[in-house]
Amino acid sequence: MGWFSTTPFLNVPVSTQITYRKSSWWKLNQQRLTPWIFLFPGLLLFLVYVIWPIFNSLYISLLQWDGLSPAIYVGLSNYIELLDDEYFYISLMNNLKWLILFMLAVPIGLGLAIFLNQTIFGIRLIKSLFFFPFVISQVVIGIIFSWFYNPRGVIGPFLDKLGLSNYAILADENFATYGIIFAGIYPQIAYCMILYLTGLNNLNTDQIEAGRMDGAKGFSLFKNIILPQLKPATFLAIVVTVIGSLRSFDMVAIMTQGGPYGSTNVLAYYMFETALSEYGYRMGYGSAIAAVLFTIMMFYILFFIYRMYQSEKKGL
Amino acid sequence: MKKIIATLTAILAMGFSSSFAGTLVINTDLTDPAPKAAFEWAFNKFQEENPDVTIEVNNFDHEGYKQAIRNFLTTSPPDVFNWYAGNRMLPFVRAGLVEDVSDIWSDTGWVDGNLTEGMSHAKKPMTIGGKQWGIPYTYYQWGVYYRKDIFEANGISVPTTWDEFVAACATLKAAGVTPITIGSKYLWTTAGVFDYLNLRTNGYEFHMALTKGEIPYTDPRVHAVFDKWDELVKPGYFLENHASLAWQEAIPPMINGEAAMYVMGNFSVALFKEGGLTNDNLGFFQFPEITPGIPMAEEAPTDTMHIASGAKNKTDAKRFLIFLSRADVQEEMNKTLGQLPVNSGSKVDPDPFLEAGLNMLNNAYAMAQFYDRDAPAEMASEGMKGFQEYMVNPDRRDKILERLEKVRQRVYK
Repeated sequence: MGWFSTTPFLNVPVSTQITYRKSSWWKLNQQRLTPWIFLFPGLLLFLVYVIWPIFNSLYISLLQWDGLSPAIYVGLSNYIELLDDEYFYISLMNNLKWLILFMLAVPIGLGLAIFLNQTIFGIRLIKSLFFFPFVISQVVIGIIFSWFYNPRGVIGPFLDKLGLSNYAILADENFATYGIIFAGIYPQIAYCMILYLTGLNNLNTDQIEAGRMDGAKGFSLFKNIILPQLKPATFLAIVVTVIGSLRSFDMVAIMTQGGPYGSTNVLAYYMFETALSEYGYRMGYGSAIAAVLFTIMMFYILFFIYRMYQSEKKGL
Repeated sequence: MKKIIATLTAILAMGFSSSFAGTLVINTDLTDPAPKAAFEWAFNKFQEENPDVTIEVNNFDHEGYKQAIRNFLTTSPPDVFNWYAGNRMLPFVRAGLVEDVSDIWSDTGWVDGNLTEGMSHAKKPMTIGGKQWGIPYTYYQWGVYYRKDIFEANGISVPTTWDEFVAACATLKAAGVTPITIGSKYLWTTAGVFDYLNLRTNGYEFHMALTKGEIPYTDPRVHAVFDKWDELVKPGYFLENHASLAWQEAIPPMINGEAAMYVMGNFSVALFKEGGLTNDNLGFFQFPEITPGIPMAEEAPTDTMHIASGAKNKTDAKRFLIFLSRADVQEEMNKTLGQLPVNSGSKVDPDPFLEAGLNMLNNAYAMAQFYDRDAPAEMASEGMKGFQEYMVNPDRRDKILERLEKVRQRVYK
């Protein structure tokens, strides 16, 4: 023991080993500042391309402006007009239909993923075929489905057999929206499927084994052991599906342009139609619609952020 | 680095050269083959005659042009651009983006000026606030295109009155032929029908007053138009499912012989003929008279050329507009376009549809531009939506007209 404590090296007072350099402000705050420096380019872009346009369009929604002539300040009158606009309510209702029906993509995607989660020869090829709809551009899907729906098109003969000869779903104000949603859900299912397929790959086999030993089988195994493990995938699938349904612009634009007579409008397309289409250029009114859409999305996004925050706290 | 500098100098040089006097910058939307060929000929001819002028063309996609025009007129105006007559040019004129060209319309010393001489009948649609804002270079007629052979097979002669027209529809329907084909997905086709019913029921002055917002949509005279329309819609004389079809998609039924008539513009003839119809089985007639004694006005949408108020080279721009107004130039261009020259000194090719159109328009009491060019964009969009809804649900007429009236009160405030 003795030689240990008498080692000259250890007897040297600690303070003499450290040479105090004059530390600059930068040295002192480096830890705190570095993240901001790295964030700066991103934040700048975010401010210019996201934050500023949001406030700018909120401001434009208080104007009457055609994009050319001087703008006139009209206060809330765009919003008041919106309350009395039947196309606005139609669009809102359609957005709701989109939101609800689009959710079907999640369970269908899950079902397909489980079905495809097998190890047989050629399953990779089959999986990629199922994923294909998501790879095709929405525009192409929209055009192809409008051809399908054309009574003189592919499904015409089948409709004849059903006694619905010459029925054009996209010309029927009551069902046209469902026709578009059906087309829109087609790639969305593929997207959900791929999310679940990756989820299924990461399942903990030990847990499944343990569950089996405890006598879990079939649906109860799926519900109690597998589904909880797929929670992150489910969360992601729901998030992308909600977002997908809220930006349901392209399908509407391609398949019906909001027609017949505005019955398939959704808020995003109605905004485009009033503000930017050939007959539009009511920037203020379009911005007011955008503001409503923004508010709806904001609720959803805040909920999303709250959930993320909660799960981060739990360390998930 | 050297390369970059070279490129920069090249760009700068281009920038300077375009501001030289003698360069004429023209923005157009000539994506279709016929207009493209017609204008290429005109540009070459103009340069031949004016070797001191260099023409620079910025060509836009036809649909994209409608958006682009708002940008380029405010940010980097060309010297000359093409657009449409009537209310379509009003927002740009009102915003001070279009140059007043009244001087070339009267005799103020421009060589070949005084355009009023050859085009007096087309001066009105170019006039806003007593001044002219451009020149027309082509137009085309609207009317009824029909299958001669189907008419003959059913013993129908060309209808000249409303009763004959409705009777013809009834005969065709009974024979299992759709009387009138239409594709209303993009709405504007419905406005063609409405305009003609309105022009024939109430006359040109009423059409202009309505599109100027001076008449409520709930007016009994508007209802009278819809009463006539009812006579066609309620018995199902229009093609089924028209709301899901583009105007082109409504042409095959007529080519197949499933439908007999189409209220359309002359540009449709090319498609009819591509589909296999010929001058022997495709015919044209003027929309029949409804209220006897009302002078027959026609739909003749006019394509126009304008000078931007921010143009750098206004002198050559005006020379170009005068050039485009000349009888010989319009004659040659419209031969390629397959449309009608506006200048009354021009002749047309021996084509039955062009001759019929020219004859009809030369004798027309007045020319309407089309509902969506005469009415402001906002009103037109709501109006045409309403027309389409009415054609599918004729029972909703009152509700639709009340809605249009609400829009009218807002738009023309």
